[in-house]
Amino acid sequence: MSIKGKAYIAGIFEHPTRLAKDISLAQIHAQCAKGALEDAGLTKDDVDGYFCAGDAPGLGPMSMVEYMGLKVRHVDSTDTGGSSYVLHVGHAAEAIAAGKCKVALITLAGRPRAEGMATGTVPRSRGGTPTPDDPFEFPYGPTVVNMYANCAMRHMYEFGTTSEQLAWIKVAASHHAQYNPHALLKDVVTVEEVVNSPMISDPLHRLDCCVITDGGGAIVVVAPEIAAKLKRPKVKLLGSSEFIKTQMGGKVDLTYSGARFTGAAAFAEAGVKPSDMKYASIYDSFTITVLMQLEDLGFCEKGKGGAFVADGNLISGVGKLPFNTDGGGLCSNHPANRGGLTKVLEAVRQLRGEAHPKVQVKNCDLAIAHGTGGSLGLRHGSATVILERE
Amino acid sequence: MAETKERKLPPPAISEETQAYWDAAGKGKLLVRKCTSCGQAHHYPRTICPFCFSDKTEWVEASGKGTIYSYSVMRRAPVPYAIGYVTLAEGPRMLTNIVDCDLDKLKCDQPVTVVFKPTDGGPPLPMFTPA
Repeated sequence: MSIKGKAYIAGIFEHPTRLAKDISLAQIHAQCAKGALEDAGLTKDDVDGYFCAGDAPGLGPMSMVEYMGLKVRHVDSTDTGGSSYVLHVGHAAEAIAAGKCKVALITLAGRPRAEGMATGTVPRSRGGTPTPDDPFEFPYGPTVVNMYANCAMRHMYEFGTTSEQLAWIKVAASHHAQYNPHALLKDVVTVEEVVNSPMISDPLHRLDCCVITDGGGAIVVVAPEIAAKLKRPKVKLLGSSEFIKTQMGGKVDLTYSGARFTGAAAFAEAGVKPSDMKYASIYDSFTITVLMQLEDLGFCEKGKGGAFVADGNLISGVGKLPFNTDGGGLCSNHPANRGGLTKVLEAVRQLRGEAHPKVQVKNCDLAIAHGTGGSLGLRHGSATVILERE
Repeated sequence: MAETKERKLPPPAISEETQAYWDAAGKGKLLVRKCTSCGQAHHYPRTICPFCFSDKTEWVEASGKGTIYSYSVMRRAPVPYAIGYVTLAEGPRMLTNIVDCDLDKLKCDQPVTVVFKPTDGGPPLPMFTPA
């Protein structure tokens, strides 16, 4: 059994805020849900499946199902960090294909800025029962940024990747962000500005890192018979895949991500290949995240990512693979420190022809959205979806 | 020398499963867990081998020699520090800090040797310094 053609993305919403001082976490989830349902032309009472991850308040889906007054017969709170929502799209399609629900709602929200969270530069605090890895990692001071930096360092050592090549990824994102009125960082930056920005954790500079923002988003995934009755452009799910990449008992290999497996599986299910993609949403917590995932998804050979991203190849209208045309996590939005959901949103906008005219890809009929959650340098969850405009 | 100030190190949250590892660290010894069924050492240590799922695993003392697989110098911290993976001579790669050296001169594949650094109220942590 496959999910190919069994589900459609009918509604999307991205919260316009980037600093949510006066709104509660549950409120942002609900505002996003309302926005996505209105976009689809559906109501709350149509929802019979609900998906959320660790950013939702309370235990799994219970608090939010109650808060929003939902009546659902299928729930899923799988948490693979920032990739959760890409994975949820796949799970929603599976549930729909199995007849467990017909209208699946996925929400994300967070307020790391308003709450003054030290997001990337302080080790995540230990709560509850420590994970089995904790005593062998936490005391050494792993942070989000320094563990992604470990991946970048090894990539540079093995493949000769340079800081200037990584910088091109940020440059491309900034070219797109200038057209997004909601983007946190709207200024176009140069390679020189990126490599001359302060070093945070070698070899990653400040401008190699994504933004920290409050906000959220929502996605509505529906059965084909529901999609047929709605007025919005139809975005069909062709393939999906997920994978957990670990330290493999000490056989650590930082040169590749779980995208190596999710890309191959999702493309196979969809019956398409990387070169068929007109647009790519690629998780961009850091520049190195994008480079490694592009290699692993098959857009270029392993180790050749640096050359692939250089010279504007990811800029819409300039290069061969337009990516993150909303400005992505690097410039626009990384709500709740989880950027997977916004990756799906911009892919849907491109397929609908509703991206900003300055970045809209012509005849955009096939797109990929890929997420990485957790830490690329410790353990992470990868998820890929392939989408088609019908 | 970038590392002149001392970092305050939090103690490891020790579980029953790995008490012996930390007891050995207190005596200046680095242990690895090895499977007698498949013959492979792994890290972090588990009772059941993550490669073949055999429960016939045992502690063996490591040589304390290794090479830096990758690293990063965390600049955005009260005291900058190098965090990275060291490939032990016994095979597994372990997350650790590289200490007692010029942090600006570290390289991948550089040989290192184990040292132990005190924590705030717990057993010492195995770390590595250029050999």
